[in-house]
Amino acid sequence: MAASKPVISGIGQSAVGRRLGRSGLDLTVEAVKDALQHSGLSIKDIDGVACWPGRAAASPGFSPVSIPELHDAMGMDLNWYSGGGEGPGQLSSVINAAAAVTTGLADHVICFRTVTESSARTDLRSSGPLTDWMQWLLPFHAYSAANWTALYAQRYFHEFGATRESLGALAVHSRNNAALNPKAIYRDPLTLDDYLSSRMISSPLCLYDCDVPADGSTVVIVSRRECTSGLRREPIQIEATGCRLEKRHSWDQAPDLTTMSMSSAAKSMWSRTGLTPNDVDFAELYDGFSIITLFWLEAFGFCGRGEAADFVMDNSNIALNGKLPLNTHGGQLSAGRTHGLGFVHEACAQIWREAGRRQIQGPCNIAAVGVGGGTVAAAMILRGGNPIR
Amino acid sequence: MRVKMNDSSNRMLPQLDDTNRFFWQSGKDGKLRLLRCECCAHYVHPPAPVCSNCLSTQLSPQIVSGKGRVASFTVNHHPWNPAVETPYVIALVELDEQENLRLTTNLVDCDPESVRIGDRVSVRFTQCGDIYLPLFALADTD
Ligand SMILES: [Zn+2]
Repeated sequence: MAASKPVISGIGQSAVGRRLGRSGLDLTVEAVKDALQHSGLSIKDIDGVACWPGRAAASPGFSPVSIPELHDAMGMDLNWYSGGGEGPGQLSSVINAAAAVTTGLADHVICFRTVTESSARTDLRSSGPLTDWMQWLLPFHAYSAANWTALYAQRYFHEFGATRESLGALAVHSRNNAALNPKAIYRDPLTLDDYLSSRMISSPLCLYDCDVPADGSTVVIVSRRECTSGLRREPIQIEATGCRLEKRHSWDQAPDLTTMSMSSAAKSMWSRTGLTPNDVDFAELYDGFSIITLFWLEAFGFCGRGEAADFVMDNSNIALNGKLPLNTHGGQLSAGRTHGLGFVHEACAQIWREAGRRQIQGPCNIAAVGVGGGTVAAAMILRGGNPIR
Repeated sequence: MRVKMNDSSNRMLPQLDDTNRFFWQSGKDGKLRLLRCECCAHYVHPPAPVCSNCLSTQLSPQIVSGKGRVASFTVNHHPWNPAVETPYVIALVELDEQENLRLTTNLVDCDPESVRIGDRVSVRFTQCGDIYLPLFALADTD
């Protein structure tokens, strides 16, 4: 008999905000405790830890906590752990943990993502000569993912006739959802006029196309289904994941400048489940920049190629009571850059119907989660209720 | 307004090594060079020790035309580097030699608001010490 599919048994999150003035480890411990409390597990039950991208000393605030540091701080006893940057982005931890519990390496794995990017400040000019892929971008004052993503957005606009109004519609939508989320960083109303008159960052991307740096830690506990009896909640099944790497792993050499890596990730994910896009109740899709969510909508097949701009401009598609409620917590655009795991956290909160005033009132049992952009991306379907093995 | 951006100051520069040196110093004689496979004629960029098309390791730098078209561009307004005047144009230039063979670069001596995808461009270099960065300008009609 095939092994059961891996599940998520609990979620947790620290305070999330701007310049909280707390260490990454402090925030991570808060998130772990929150997840343990949420699941009903104790620290003694945890025998695995996974994170992406591992501690990144060279990039202050981007990933300030290592697994050994957390392990020591909380007195853990681990059968398995894995952290590092060379994977399909922020969901690497969850995918690795899913593989670990499926192969018996661990029973309950803490997956964490901690950022203190609101507090940390990097001085570009203090770094030495450029090596690796950055040498092809930074000498041309293309310092930021905002620049690299803007090149894709411009090409997408050119090929499909999309306009800033479509990205604005998504920004306004996200702010509306954030208004219902007490932990969101930006909750004040945003109008399309506010969006269109905001300052340009890197055309066609303006201030409100960029997510907001945050301090915070998010935890997802991935478990072996057989180990979840007696826990607080019906576990959520990780129905399928995809993280295919088929194109050039490069911002500027990729063959198609209107799709990024998520098209491959979603394609491989769909090959691993009998479900189809029509079965999905809601979607939590990465929005480090607004255009990335449009790419994800097309990658998952929620609309056709070049149709995502029109899709998000029709609120009956993406509103909380729409056909495909989208980024229900406000996304990273308004809730804050918890950097990937925040989307998993929100998907689970919705499936467990613990999302408070932003709870989807219609069906919300099957979630599409797409995280990443540019060269790294991973896609996932989460399934609550009584899933088929 | 026109942006010049021929300045060589305030740019972050690559660390030269045996793999990339030919590329970053190619502009010394005003020519752009890319690594090309001697077996299948595929251009390999960024430079690598093997051809991703046929796995041959027989590769050598070859002079290319320095002509191409704007595959995409962005006008940057944000002062990421306070020492650099904004706005300026970052472009993806697709070289004539091969489909999807691109350089991230700056478009110089142009009005940022007039740049369009598909515009013809040609290379010019800006010298930063022993490094020659390939920048591009709108090409004369040819
Ligand atoms: Zn070859």
